[in-house]
Amino acid sequence: MSENLIKMIFGRLTLESLPLHEPIVVITFAVVAVMGMAVLGAITYFRLWGYLWREWFTTVDHKRIGIMYMILGIIMLLRGFADAIMMRLQQAMAFNGSEGYLNAHHYDQIFTAHGVIMIFFVAMPLVTGLMNYVVPLQIGARDVAFPFLNNFSFWMTVGGAILVMMSLFVGEFARTGWLAYPPLSGADASPGVGVDYYIWALQVAGVGTTLSGINLICTIVKMRAPGMAMMKMPIFTWTSLCTNVLIVATFPVLTATLVLLSLDRYVGTNFFTNDLGGNPMMYVNLIWIWGHPEVYILILPAFGIFSEVASTFSGKRLFGYTSMVYATVVITILSYLVWLHHFFTMGSGASVNSFFGITTMIISIPTGAKIFNWLFTMYKGRIRFELPMMWTMAFMLTFTVGGMTGVLLAVPPADFVLHNSLFLVAHFHNVIIGGVLYGLFAGITFWWPKAFGFKLDPFWGKVSFWLWVVGFFFAFMPLYVLGLMGVTRRLRVFDDPSLQIWFWLAGFGAFLIFCGIGAMLVQFAVSIMRREQLRDTTGDPWDGRTLEWATSSPPPAYNFAFTPVVYDNDAWWDMKRRGHERPMEGFKPIHMPKNTGVGVIIAGLSVAMSVGLIWYIWWLAAVCFVAILVVAISHTFNYDRDFRIEADEVTRTEGARTKLLAAGE
Amino acid sequence: MTASIAAPANEEKPVFYQREEHGHAEGGSTMLGFWIYLMSDCLIFAVLFATYGVLGANYAAGPAPKDLFDLNLVALNTAMLLFSSITYGFAMLEMVKGNQRTTLMWLAVTGLFGLTFLGIELYEFHHLIEIGATPQRSAFLSAFFTLVGTHGLHVTFGIIWLVTLMVQVSRRGLIEANKRRLMCLSMFWHFLDVIWIGVFTFVYLMGMLR
Repeated sequence: MSENLIKMIFGRLTLESLPLHEPIVVITFAVVAVMGMAVLGAITYFRLWGYLWREWFTTVDHKRIGIMYMILGIIMLLRGFADAIMMRLQQAMAFNGSEGYLNAHHYDQIFTAHGVIMIFFVAMPLVTGLMNYVVPLQIGARDVAFPFLNNFSFWMTVGGAILVMMSLFVGEFARTGWLAYPPLSGADASPGVGVDYYIWALQVAGVGTTLSGINLICTIVKMRAPGMAMMKMPIFTWTSLCTNVLIVATFPVLTATLVLLSLDRYVGTNFFTNDLGGNPMMYVNLIWIWGHPEVYILILPAFGIFSEVASTFSGKRLFGYTSMVYATVVITILSYLVWLHHFFTMGSGASVNSFFGITTMIISIPTGAKIFNWLFTMYKGRIRFELPMMWTMAFMLTFTVGGMTGVLLAVPPADFVLHNSLFLVAHFHNVIIGGVLYGLFAGITFWWPKAFGFKLDPFWGKVSFWLWVVGFFFAFMPLYVLGLMGVTRRLRVFDDPSLQIWFWLAGFGAFLIFCGIGAMLVQFAVSIMRREQLRDTTGDPWDGRTLEWATSSPPPAYNFAFTPVVYDNDAWWDMKRRGHERPMEGFKPIHMPKNTGVGVIIAGLSVAMSVGLIWYIWWLAAVCFVAILVVAISHTFNYDRDFRIEADEVTRTEGARTKLLAAGE
Repeated sequence: MTASIAAPANEEKPVFYQREEHGHAEGGSTMLGFWIYLMSDCLIFAVLFATYGVLGANYAAGPAPKDLFDLNLVALNTAMLLFSSITYGFAMLEMVKGNQRTTLMWLAVTGLFGLTFLGIELYEFHHLIEIGATPQRSAFLSAFFTLVGTHGLHVTFGIIWLVTLMVQVSRRGLIEANKRRLMCLSMFWHFLDVIWIGVFTFVYLMGMLR
């Protein structure tokens, strides 16, 4: 075959693109391949493909989609953490002339992948997953506003994750840091496929995120149970609403910015280049107009979780509900007005820097109000120190430290010293681990019994908790010190041997967190094995306050046989207090949406199209693009998307629950 | 539906479940959802406008708007798009009256105006590239082509959508689902009109003043 033909078929994909010269990658690939084959083999052996396809992959049930989001997030957490511990090891080793064990090419990919994965494919899926699962239940709805769109959004997120994972074994990932600043990410400085993987992974996942944001806003605005006015919504629903507003208001900015970067790379335009009038700082501004709200997208739902947990486990109504709502809304708005604090050193002048410094400091006011609200919720409460509550308390301590270093960084002169130092790295890990991740862990342990009908094992949960919390302080407090001493981020080797002890300490912390993640996986496994002992038949294991606890665990496909009517903020608490009676008869048929495989197909085609674009396999990209259009259009010709759950099936399901409830008493 | 229901006195036991199934009307959230989508799309254009605003004067010793734009052509183009919006409005009026045939006719007219708009735009782009004013020439031209081109791409997808809907209306008639879809496309189409007015003003008219 002629060279041109090969080039036409495979683009710039050649055998040399496989990183066979990197032993670490080869071994990783071997392990992943063996494990992957084992999983696929097991699914085939137990004949689960049909079941998985019918019941899970094509499902439009918000609960199952939520669970799939959580699984995606936890799998990607393992990958993201593997990157983290590799960096810690490298930095702990590379002293006294040692180069460590990672070459620069590999190390730069690792710190980029770590950031991208942790934000886009760990935190985002976990947050979206919890919102997906919990919000419709909390507002007494049967599903989200657009169930098909929900399935599609999920698979687009998976598509992005697949592209990132693929870059590990075919080609390379970006070596630019997680926001891919030009001109480093431009075609001249990064001619390889790394940045293209980055762009397309985020674009594919970004479509999913934006659509799921629209979906959840509509769900919350339109589908609340009768009586649930806005100011009677559970606080987690409120924070979810604000988060999704932020998603819709910022992800398009990311999309547009990455389009401009790809035009620079593919077409040769001059948006962010150094010549012919381009301006790289334009990119930095645009990406942070998305990027700063993004961190609030992650933290707001966590605030919501802490609010639910603090009030449930203190046995009290949330202190200052109204102020909590206003604080959330104020944070939502302010998050849009602070982006420039990420680059005070750009040199925009004293007045611009002061404006953004002050708006940044102002954000700490509503956030502080929230902390006091949680404290006063606990005050004089009958606190139960169950795992979700432990995570909440650890959060309040850890996050406050992170918040204070944030205010420190908001002072422009201080930022000139600390910009891009390990102090900054310590700060944002302090708020993201101590805030978002602890919140997600609290949420997972809190709602796990709702999703699966049994509680998580408390012993292994506590082991994991202490390892995480102690490990966190070991891993990141040394980075504060190093940052104050002037060590910048993303360094691969060090000259000053006196610094090494701090990196050893940080490495030890990372090891503790490693054990914490292990303990968490053990906790899941042990809980699943001991599920009979941990079983909850009531559907309300924590003596909950909001509507998700009013139905069975796991809830039936239709969530509520009869839509609840709401009179109070803590609707379920109110129902219990005033002795509601569960309806036992008179069930009606229920309309539900049908499952569909179109979401999986379009997402799959999007991944294939991205592969074509990344490797310059133009025919593949074109074919997939046309195929996406065809599939999407023909999907709109299907008008028959609903089915009925018949009344006697509802009667059977509810009857089984009646028996369970009676047996429990 | 979501209006606050006054809490009955504490001793009283209120109705906690809705025994009658009325549920949510199918497609009840579609309009809201589509509005929110449009606003997210609007943000994409906002970014492109902002980029044009920042980079639009960086000619890099290359051609400036005055050397390139032919306002007569752009005026004609604008007229095409505005006419298409009016005819879409006529289609919607006929839809409300339930006249399937005339609805389809006005939709076809709308599509033709849309195609004319695209044709003129492509002619303009072709001409610019031919005289060396390519997207690669300067940041100004990069921003210009991207902003105007993104709008053009939206019109293209709008036309594909329009044809799809015409097929669906002729197959199934003006059923509720199709009416909802026509409403969505109507919003999309007028939205593109609004964007174009922004483009016409900020890019073309103000460009000529520079």
